[in-house]
Amino acid sequence: MIAELGHHALVLAFLVALIQGTVPLVGAARRDLALMALGRAAALVQLLALAGAFAALTHAYVTSDFSVLNVAENSHSLKPMLYKVSGVWGNHEGSMLLWVLVLAAFGLAVALRGHDLPAVLKARVLAIQGLLGAGFLGFILLTSNPFLRLEPAPADGRDLNPLLQDPGLAFHPPMLYLGYVGFSVAFSFSIAALIEGRVDPAWARWVRPWTLAAWSALTAGIALGSWWAYYELGWGGWWYWDPVENASFMPWLAGTALLHSAIVVEKRDALKSWTILLAIIAFGFSLMGTFLVRSGVLTSVHAFAVDPDRGLYILVLLAVTIGGALTLFAFRAPALAPGSLFRPISREGGLVANNLLLATATATVCVGTLYPLFLEAATGEKVSVGPPFFHATFVPVMLPLILLAGIGPLLSWKRADLQGVFSRLRVAALAAAAVAVLTWMLQHGHHPGPVIGLALAAWLAVSTVIQWTGRVGLFRRRGVMARIVGLPRSAHGMTLAHLGLAVFICGAVGDGFWRREVVIEARPGAVAELAGYRVVLESVRTGAGPNYQAETVRLRVERDDGAIAFLEPERRFYPVQGTQTTEAAIRSRPLGDLYAAVGEGRTPQHRTLRLWYTPLVAWIWTGALMMVLGGLVSLSDRRLRVGAPRRTPGLVAQAVDGD
Amino acid sequence: MPRVFFLLPLLLFAVVAGYFAVPLLTGRDPGELPSALIDRPVPEMRLPPLFEGEPDLATEDLRGRIMLVNFFASWCVPCRAEHPMLAELSRSEAVFGISYKDDPADTRAWLAELGNPFERIGTDISGRAAIDWGLYGVPETYIVDEAGRIRHRHVGPLTRAVLKNEIRPLLRRLREPAS
Repeated sequence: MIAELGHHALVLAFLVALIQGTVPLVGAARRDLALMALGRAAALVQLLALAGAFAALTHAYVTSDFSVLNVAENSHSLKPMLYKVSGVWGNHEGSMLLWVLVLAAFGLAVALRGHDLPAVLKARVLAIQGLLGAGFLGFILLTSNPFLRLEPAPADGRDLNPLLQDPGLAFHPPMLYLGYVGFSVAFSFSIAALIEGRVDPAWARWVRPWTLAAWSALTAGIALGSWWAYYELGWGGWWYWDPVENASFMPWLAGTALLHSAIVVEKRDALKSWTILLAIIAFGFSLMGTFLVRSGVLTSVHAFAVDPDRGLYILVLLAVTIGGALTLFAFRAPALAPGSLFRPISREGGLVANNLLLATATATVCVGTLYPLFLEAATGEKVSVGPPFFHATFVPVMLPLILLAGIGPLLSWKRADLQGVFSRLRVAALAAAAVAVLTWMLQHGHHPGPVIGLALAAWLAVSTVIQWTGRVGLFRRRGVMARIVGLPRSAHGMTLAHLGLAVFICGAVGDGFWRREVVIEARPGAVAELAGYRVVLESVRTGAGPNYQAETVRLRVERDDGAIAFLEPERRFYPVQGTQTTEAAIRSRPLGDLYAAVGEGRTPQHRTLRLWYTPLVAWIWTGALMMVLGGLVSLSDRRLRVGAPRRTPGLVAQAVDGD
Repeated sequence: MPRVFFLLPLLLFAVVAGYFAVPLLTGRDPGELPSALIDRPVPEMRLPPLFEGEPDLATEDLRGRIMLVNFFASWCVPCRAEHPMLAELSRSEAVFGISYKDDPADTRAWLAELGNPFERIGTDISGRAAIDWGLYGVPETYIVDEAGRIRHRHVGPLTRAVLKNEIRPLLRRLREPAS
């Protein structure tokens, strides 16, 4: 009964989304306030209906109602409650439901928050959100209904893929979707602006918080996913340039570019068409992320729903949404009032360079991800493009970007004094040189990679700190605290995010160049030596978990200085799905992780044990967390929340911001 | 800026979408690995035998009847998994084996442990023959017809489902015109 209610709620949401997608557009064209206001009510009803549908599906999971096909296929009565709940979105149908729920939530947020938005713009934005919702709801109702019944109901379910039964993955999809779907708001604003034919600094300021929120969530989602891959897949790696990872990375890169270009629109009323295009591209890549994962065009760990009908629908949806948006762009963007011209050596010039580099990086990842598909479609030949390609193409684009990220924030708007900037950055250059020399001397072997990488990280970190201390006048005058408080939050956020990038680089470099690996037989008494650790295998025992059987290997870890720790990697067998997983054991320290995973083998006596030492790997997620926090701090900026955009900043903020 | 620049993103998108549509509309299975050798003669080869005293395994031995050729190795875990399927097939079909990049002593020990389903076994220690066959990885199974042409390739371990849905129907079809 509850499942049927959920299904009806979905149909209702679809119909309401259709109304939300059409009536306000007509109202905006006719300047009819009543029709325009309907968008707001529709957004509310759509969200309530979808929340009801989502609650109905959650209820089916929590109560283990196996007469619902989706529950029977993806859940099991013995599963821990957390995974019963996360099972709701751990499968294709449920994850699409989550997608539209998030979309509707963003729609309602625009409806409720945008008091200061002109009514016409708001009506159009809500209408585009409604059309997107209708498209995806149609997809769910036609190809992926989560409420299908199963007759007769089985006694128990087939269980969620055990790889996905993990706290990291329980929250990875919701974060990722917040990011993907969050870009829909920037997209809707862009379409609305194209329809109106007007983009101005106020528009940029309305779009910016949504972009920031989406970007922060996407960053968190990608970081969670990579953290999950690191400890759950048992390979000791955190990024594989897997097509599905790339699919989430491309909207991130485009979104990062958008975040920066929107600043130029806001401050200098320039780069308008480009910013609109970026918003369309960022959301297009978000849709493609869904498409790549859902259609089965790519095969990988993540492809848990392989079905060409769905793929076709998503392709049509993509063609209509992005194709339509780009058509509108092609005809309307040339009519946008051109922005002011500006000099190359200026803050806006730096941001343009940032955008060019980020766009190149996005294109690089896109080519590497799609090229195998192109080749196969054209010649039938199968190739796989792996990490070497991305290391050779993506990394070289990142190097100048990081160099620039150290300089850019110090440049002033309109016309910058490059010599003055360089003299302020002398300390950063010295720090980079010192780090380069130290790295060269301390590392085993003389690989240039870590030297360049860590020097750049030092450059970025120190110059970011110089920029921040300069703005708050840390060493100059009294009243530092007042200036820290008075500095716009977005400036603090930018500082934090750029520092996070520097920290992230350290982690990527450390793990990328200095990782060590040994493989030993998993027999009691076996000994391995790795990176100053001595690992002794004490015992192998078998036991049972709630819905699996486990073989646990107990390791004693000794260090030269006598410290002792124990690690217990496991190999789990899930009888319901007949699958095995490996549960790595990790001893995480700031300077590096010791990572142990039980390998394959036909019997417990013939297993291998893999040990990795992954230097600085924790810095990767620390850096990502700093970027997320930076985004959130920036999001809390008063100027983004307060109504009329150009009048609000307080006197102090204005004075400090004006440098 | 010329208007045509604003059309570029749309054109690029159309190309990408078109390429996406092709595999979807033609219904090609993304997991499928097409072989360039389908319907072509078995590549030239002469492989030393696994067991001393037996003749070499050469191209001409793979002619005259319908048979299965299985690439395997003692170090390959999925090969162990598919082994019972080969034993089952060998009761009604001719199954030839090629041990891939494996120490012959290891291969012999492996077969002694699990049983030997193969009528003849050649050893491809260098992996040279595997390159000629276009091997993707062990285990891999080919169906060769009476004329010595490769008619089918299966990548990965044989399972009961593969036997039922893929291997057996094809073997039946190959025999039909003759009967």
